[in-house]
Amino acid sequence: MFQWLIDPLFYPFMQRSLLVSLMVGILCAVIGCYVVLRGMAFMGDALAHAILPGVAIAYLLHGNLLLGGLIAAVIVALGIGFFSRQGELKEDTAIGILFAAALALGIALISTIRTYATDLTHILFGNILGVSQGDLWLTAGLGGGVLVTIFLCYKELLVISFDPVLAATLRLPVELLRNLLLILLALTVVISLKTVGVGLVAAMLVTPGATAYLITRRLPAMMAVAAAIGAFSGLAGMYLSFYANIASGAAIVLTASSIFLLVFFLAPQRGALWQFIRRGKYAR
Amino acid sequence: MTEEARLEIEQVTVSYNGHAALQDVSFQVPHGAQVAVVGANGAGKSTLFKALVGLLPVRSGRILIHGLPWGSHRDCVAYVPQREDVEWRFPVTVEDVVMMGRYLRLGWLKRPSQQDRTAVANCLEQMGIASLAKRSIGNLSGGQQQRAFLARALAQEPHILLMDEPFTGVDIATQEATLELLAQLKTQQVTIMISTHDLNLAARHFDLVLLLHRRVVAFGIPSEVLTTQALSEAFGGQVLVLENGAVVVDECCNTAEEV
Repeated sequence: MFQWLIDPLFYPFMQRSLLVSLMVGILCAVIGCYVVLRGMAFMGDALAHAILPGVAIAYLLHGNLLLGGLIAAVIVALGIGFFSRQGELKEDTAIGILFAAALALGIALISTIRTYATDLTHILFGNILGVSQGDLWLTAGLGGGVLVTIFLCYKELLVISFDPVLAATLRLPVELLRNLLLILLALTVVISLKTVGVGLVAAMLVTPGATAYLITRRLPAMMAVAAAIGAFSGLAGMYLSFYANIASGAAIVLTASSIFLLVFFLAPQRGALWQFIRRGKYAR
Repeated sequence: MTEEARLEIEQVTVSYNGHAALQDVSFQVPHGAQVAVVGANGAGKSTLFKALVGLLPVRSGRILIHGLPWGSHRDCVAYVPQREDVEWRFPVTVEDVVMMGRYLRLGWLKRPSQQDRTAVANCLEQMGIASLAKRSIGNLSGGQQQRAFLARALAQEPHILLMDEPFTGVDIATQEATLELLAQLKTQQVTIMISTHDLNLAARHFDLVLLLHRRVVAFGIPSEVLTTQALSEAFGGQVLVLENGAVVVDECCNTAEEV
C-alpha cells in the first residue's frame, strides 16, 4: 500500500536528496521565524542573490562553491549594514542596490563559462539530484551548527527582536547579535543552495515561519511548527518531484505555499474563513 | 550630613538627528527620591531617559550613578518605554515578557530557574495581572500591556526606575496600579523618574519635579518649581493664566486618549 513511499528509496540519489531537503526544510524554517518576525524577508532574498558572484568565482577557480557563496553573503550582509548605517539611505534601498549589483556581477562571471545556461539554472533553481555524500555531511554539520547557535542564544535573539530598547538597557551587544543573525542567515542560504537554489530560498525562509505564526502564540511553538512544515514540505516536495517529474526546488516551495494557503483560510480563530463566519454572525 | 546623590547629571548635552535635544542639563537626584519630569512635547523628556539608559550617546557632560560613571553598573537601571516603541505582534506571552527582566541576572547560556519563575509570578501578582500570564502580549488592552511592562521592570530589581509617560493613554485601574507601585517602591528606596504631562499628578505624588525645555527650567520640590513663570517658560503659548491665579496647560490635542 505504501509501496509508492518506499520505491524512491531504492535509489541512492533519492535517499541523499530526501535527507538533504529534510534538513534544509527544518533549518530554513527555524531561522525563518526570525526572518518573519524581524521583517527581514527582503534581506533573506538579497543574501540569496548575493552569493551568486561568490559561487561563480569559486567555480571559475575550481574552489569550494559553498565557501565562495558564504564569503560573498557575509560581505554583502555587512555592506548593507554599512550603507544603511551612514543614515543617508534606508535599509531596503541599500539592500536593493547591493542585491541587484551582486546578481549582475554573478551573471557576468557565469556568462564567461561555456556551459553557461546549465550552470546558471543549477545555481538559480537548485540541483538536488547532484547532492554528494560530502554535501550531505556538510549540510548536516553547518545546519546543525546554525541550529545549536540559535538554541544557545535563544534569550538574547528573542530580546533584540522583540524589544531592542530592553536589549540595550540590559547591555546586550545588540550590534554583534544582529550581525550574528545575519551570518547565520547567510550560512542557511548557502546550505540551501543545492536544494532550492538562489531564486527560491526566500520562500523556504518565509513561508513555513509565516504559516506557523498564524497558529501559535509563543516563539518556541512557532519554531517547532515551522520546522514541521519545513520538514514535511522538503519530503513531500521531493516525492512530488520524483513522481510528477517537476523541478525539486519548485515542488518543495509549492508544497509549503499550499500549506500556507490552507492554514491562512482554515486556521481556527485567526483564519480568513473563521473571521468571515464570525462577521456573518454579528451581521445577523 | 548630606545625603549621597545616587544619580548625578553634569552638564549633559544630547543630540538627536543632528539637533541638540538637550543642552547643558545638570541636576542631582538623591537616593530613593521620586522625580516627575515635566515638559511640553519635544522638550527632551524621552531623550533624557534614553541617554540615562545608554540608548542615545551623550555628546558632552557626565552621568554618574552611585558616584560612578555610566556603564560601571550592569543591573541597576530599568526603563519602561512608551508603548509605541514595542513590536506588539510578536509571539510572546505576558509571562515571557516579564521573564525578559530576569535575563541579565541569568547571563548567557542559562535557562530560567525555579527562583526566576517565582520572581516573575510575584511581579505579575503585584501588578494584578497574574491571571493574564499565559495570554499573548498583543491581545491585552493598553493598560494591561503597560502593567506587563511595569512587572518586567520590577523583575529587573532595579535601583533606578525610569518610566516614559506611564499615565498617558491608559485606564484608571492602570493609573492606580502604577501609583500604588510607586508608593511601594518608595519604601524599598528605589529611585524613580517618570515623565508626565499631568501637572496635578506631578505636584501631588512626587518628591521632586524637573521642568524641562531642552534645558533645565526648574528643579526642586513641586511647590517651588510649578510657578506661573516657570510653567510659561516651559510650555510657551500652551499656558493660560486665569485671573484667580490658576494656571491651565493645554496639551489636549497631543495625547491620544485610549481606554
